[in-house]
Amino acid sequence: MRSIIDIVDLSPEEIDQMIETACDIINNPQKYSEKCKGQKLATLFFEPSTRTRLSFEAAMYELGGNVIGFSEASSSSAAKGESVADTAKVISCYADIIAMRHPKEGAAYVAAKNASIPVINAGDGGHCHPTQTLADLLTIYREKGRLSDMTIGFCGDLKFGRTVHSLINAMSRYKGIKLVLISPEELIVPSYVKEDIIKKNNMEFFETGDLESVIGQLDILYMTRVQRERFFSEEEYLRLKDSYILTPEKLKSAKDDLSILHPLPRVNEISVAVDDDPRACYFKQVFNGKIMRMALILKLLGR
Amino acid sequence: MNIDSINNGFVIDHIEAGRGMKLYELLGLDKLDCSVAIIKNVHSNKMGKKDIIKIDADIPVNLDVIGYVDPSATVNIIKDGALVEKKSISMPEYLKNVIKCRNPRCITAVEQELDQVFKLTDREKKIYRCIYCESEA
Repeated sequence: MRSIIDIVDLSPEEIDQMIETACDIINNPQKYSEKCKGQKLATLFFEPSTRTRLSFEAAMYELGGNVIGFSEASSSSAAKGESVADTAKVISCYADIIAMRHPKEGAAYVAAKNASIPVINAGDGGHCHPTQTLADLLTIYREKGRLSDMTIGFCGDLKFGRTVHSLINAMSRYKGIKLVLISPEELIVPSYVKEDIIKKNNMEFFETGDLESVIGQLDILYMTRVQRERFFSEEEYLRLKDSYILTPEKLKSAKDDLSILHPLPRVNEISVAVDDDPRACYFKQVFNGKIMRMALILKLLGR
Repeated sequence: MNIDSINNGFVIDHIEAGRGMKLYELLGLDKLDCSVAIIKNVHSNKMGKKDIIKIDADIPVNLDVIGYVDPSATVNIIKDGALVEKKSISMPEYLKNVIKCRNPRCITAVEQELDQVFKLTDREKKIYRCIYCESEA
């Protein structure tokens, strides 16, 4: 039974096929409206994540399927002490596919090992969130018409941001990708990402703390939130936080065809004034996320 | 220093100096009631210094643990006072229930009935990662 725990569980060829399917869904939604008729998606959310859960549910409804599930651990058998393995076995008797969010890293892997139906990891702690990366990839593809030969800037919290690590991992499989890693010293990309992904794949990269000095080089700017609690001192946070806020002024020196992405939710790292800029793609990313989840459900159900 | 030779059991030799105690712990040798000798910093022409462990009992030995701690160690099986077999050691692809994941956010931290499994992800750098959360051992 095929499950998707990490973005690298999908080959670049499979991602290309899914992007093709996604584009077809966008152009011919009616063609897909009954593809999953009679099928049930179980959304097992052991921690709340309204956005991701609703995206999965909307995806399944748009495929003509049904949805069962829970949105927090307190309303599941986990509150009574049931293991993830047992939950996966039980839900396999009720549904055809599982989308699971869990606060512990590796929980989706345990579910996939024990379920007799496909499991999609909808986020396991700070570990993986492959469908967010699928949303990012479709957005980049739709904006640029390709997934190769471009300069991608990642800005903000590059240390703890799992979406950043996952997208770097996914992009490492395409040629001609140059990374510009923009973060305060405290939040630089962890060494294992640098060694095991970036250097191992001979990706060209450049690290800086200054967004304005590099923004003009970028084809994609992937923003993330710099959280107060990540800093060692309040002083340091106050000194640095504005450096990583994207404003219309900073965008003046950016390319006209820059695409600005953000996994959302945004707090203040992208000024609201940027939303009207045609280069802002973060709400398109939300739509693309739903479409890629549709493509993934279709793939895993063999529809 | 004189350590008696053993009759039936095994000798783990050529352990990198300083790794003998770790091997002693991970093999659970503290739980044995037979004679166990751990000799540290023995002079070695080849290695400079090495550790040696001798176990005077015919018990099964987990070669995966030895391969994880020091794949260059050697294991000699002794029967009736004579060397009967030399076991080859290599780094195991998987290591099951030998070490625990230290990541407090790992699923194994809360579901303790799960096997603790680590996978060799980089043979050159000897890196093992938890199969659940991918944290380094």
